[in-house]
Amino acid sequence: MNIQDVENLAELARIELTEEEKGALLKDFDSILAYVKTIEQVKLDEIAPEYDVKNVWREDKPETREFSRELIVGQFPDSQDGFLKVKKIL
Amino acid sequence: MDLKNLTIEKAHESLRKGEYACKELLEAYLGNIEKKNKELNAYLEVYKDVFEQAEAAQKKFADGTAEMLTGIPIAIKDNILFEGHTSSAGSKILENYTASYDAFVIKELKKAGAIIVGRTNMDEFAMGSSTQTSAYGVSRNPHDTSRVPGGSSGGSAIAVAADMSLVSLGTDTCGSVREPAAFCGLVGLKPTYGALSRNGIIAMGNSLDQVAPFGKNVRDVEIVFNFLSKYDKKDSTSIPDSLRNKLAPSAQSLKPTKIGVPWHLFEQGVDPEVMENFKNSMEKLKKSGYEILDIELPFSKYSLEAYYIIMPAEVSTNLARFDGIRYGYSNQAGNLLDVYKKSRGEGFGREARRRILLGTYVLSHGYYDAYYNKAIKIREKIKSEVVQAFESVDLIATPTVPVPPFKIGEKLDDPVAMYLCDIFSAPANLSGVPSIALPAGKNKENLPFSIQFMAPHFCEDALFNIGKKFEEIRRE
Repeated sequence: MNIQDVENLAELARIELTEEEKGALLKDFDSILAYVKTIEQVKLDEIAPEYDVKNVWREDKPETREFSRELIVGQFPDSQDGFLKVKKIL
Repeated sequence: MDLKNLTIEKAHESLRKGEYACKELLEAYLGNIEKKNKELNAYLEVYKDVFEQAEAAQKKFADGTAEMLTGIPIAIKDNILFEGHTSSAGSKILENYTASYDAFVIKELKKAGAIIVGRTNMDEFAMGSSTQTSAYGVSRNPHDTSRVPGGSSGGSAIAVAADMSLVSLGTDTCGSVREPAAFCGLVGLKPTYGALSRNGIIAMGNSLDQVAPFGKNVRDVEIVFNFLSKYDKKDSTSIPDSLRNKLAPSAQSLKPTKIGVPWHLFEQGVDPEVMENFKNSMEKLKKSGYEILDIELPFSKYSLEAYYIIMPAEVSTNLARFDGIRYGYSNQAGNLLDVYKKSRGEGFGREARRRILLGTYVLSHGYYDAYYNKAIKIREKIKSEVVQAFESVDLIATPTVPVPPFKIGEKLDDPVAMYLCDIFSAPANLSGVPSIALPAGKNKENLPFSIQFMAPHFCEDALFNIGKKFEEIRRE
């Protein structure tokens, strides 16, 4: 990994980093990746992974929920006429 | 009031007989909070409505609808939503967030009339093993205030250990309740995955997180667990009753006699004092008639490595929702992309940023197979070897944490050293089995030791059984 990889990841994750932190993170990643990399040596026989987990769905039927509209709308960082306001995209 | 030796059952009995009122019990705990919280930083907030809660509880005693948890003061970790109250998950990005609904566990506690005293400090988004990464300052171990309480549910552990609540709730993704229970001399239970609803819990790693109780003794933890272990249709990973009945353990498995010890997992890296205490504890169990067997868990050797791939992957996905747009901390400068980047860059602390980026990396094209895919295959192997081990033993024992409570400031600059605190916690979270941390005496410096047991899925009762037995014999 190099500093450009860190910048690229930060861009993908939408996180602004200072120059100083980029360097610190690179150092951290080197040690963390060196640690987790040991799983590379693990020999796995040809197991068709039997993931015994599956998605649990519910019927797509509207249900009432007891949310307070004021509590949700009141927390919008920016709003207008009770609607969430976001910056211009186009 | 002798809070040190107070249990849920004793408190219930006294409240029922009218020896004291709910309000008086609450005030005894509030008195301790007043005295100790400034130094220990267990609570981030004591709720303003505690006296109304106490009054409602008292009514239940008056009209005969009181149950075991009515009027019992309980502290909750800052990542459990309580409608109308702040829930910040120890993060700046949620400093101004007011929960818009109750978590399932809160709904249940409210119904029973438990008194939810306040929210407790935690590592930011439950990422840490020492409660030092919170945006709201470090918390301190009540046994030695120069040391960490463990984490991430450090505040909830301190609250119970320092008699600032009778019991408390944390969450355990990889030891976040068992490790602070060990460091603070408490009982901490990580329930079977899917036993308690995660609805209304601010998620870190969805496939690993469980709400988990702390108590001073096994019985208190058992009462809280039994009360909250229920199917909830709003959590798709909550186990339905039909499956719970099918998985219901046999009478034999609830009276464990055979304890497996995977000695090969801790040949190295365990503090000699911790090792000696563990061996002594096993010796005591042996003398009381338990059979101690050597078992092999070859893939579990890689459990922490697999965990540090799976968890950041889930973190990077989960924490994508905090974007400065709908709620929480927001920096409105510049264009939309700037809002995202600045809000997230300024709102998340260092460990959160580190894990989000790490998760983004292990999921990215080109690395996905080498890291994430490999890790989930290893996880499957760990799961099957743990389940298989339970064909020959009833319980698996290890030390809870390889080291005693460390000094505040230690390990902060060395993430891997910090991660290693949870090395014995990972197998239970990766395989979904329940696990309990039990106090096992103290060292020369008066710091607590702890041992940990794992049991098969939904065999919490086996853990309570051995836990109560160990409470009797550990002083011998």
